[in-house]
Amino acid sequence: MTLLVSTFAAIVCTIVWYTNENREKLKLGFLALMFWGASLMWFVDAIFEYAELKAEYFTPTAEDMLNDLFLGLSVVALGFIIWLVVLMIKDPKGIVKATVLKKN
Amino acid sequence: MACFLVLTAEAIVTTVAEKVIEKKEKTSLEAEIYKSEGKEISDVKIPLSKKLKWLNNMAWGGCALLAFEHVWHGEVVPWFPFLTAASNAEDAAEMLHEMGTVGVVMAALVTTVWLGMCAVASYVKKRAVEKDDAKAEV
Repeated sequence: MTLLVSTFAAIVCTIVWYTNENREKLKLGFLALMFWGASLMWFVDAIFEYAELKAEYFTPTAEDMLNDLFLGLSVVALGFIIWLVVLMIKDPKGIVKATVLKKN
Repeated sequence: MACFLVLTAEAIVTTVAEKVIEKKEKTSLEAEIYKSEGKEISDVKIPLSKKLKWLNNMAWGGCALLAFEHVWHGEVVPWFPFLTAASNAEDAAEMLHEMGTVGVVMAALVTTVWLGMCAVASYVKKRAVEKDDAKAEV
């Protein structure tokens, strides 16, 4: 479930990166690559788990699925927080700087 | 257990490599030649430092998110020795085995996908430059 959630996040971010003119300024490539990296890593994890559990891998208990879904959503939230922090620090549009330097 | 540490080690090496290569690219003879022609290296090909940045984004991003998953499962803790499996020899051996199998395959897959991305991007760039050159000649 975590793999599925992160893969969907990666696909959505890649589509947004492809269609958005401000992809460089918004660092959308970084966001998409971050989710793709995590998805690839969880994919390998899933293969090893499948090799161990065989068909049982595809029939998780409801409790495990819920926990994995909760983890997957938390991972996506963390990914967005990391991206936002990087965006605020790099501040490509100078908005943070302008706001901080604003006198009134 | 600690499979993400293998890719983290790779990410440290490639980040240092990216910074060194980026510095070298700016002052290289090739850059000087292109500059004299009124061009940048990035006009003709994708610089290696840029390609390494893609790998670093994938590796660091993936490691950060997987580290969070390990914290979630109680495999990484904020106190020494940070990895719960490192507290006894039996678990440590299992952890090292996992790093040697799952961790190495993770690093290999991410690197392979990155190599594929680089190959496709270089091909697309090369074709675009060739088209531009052909247009300029006409």
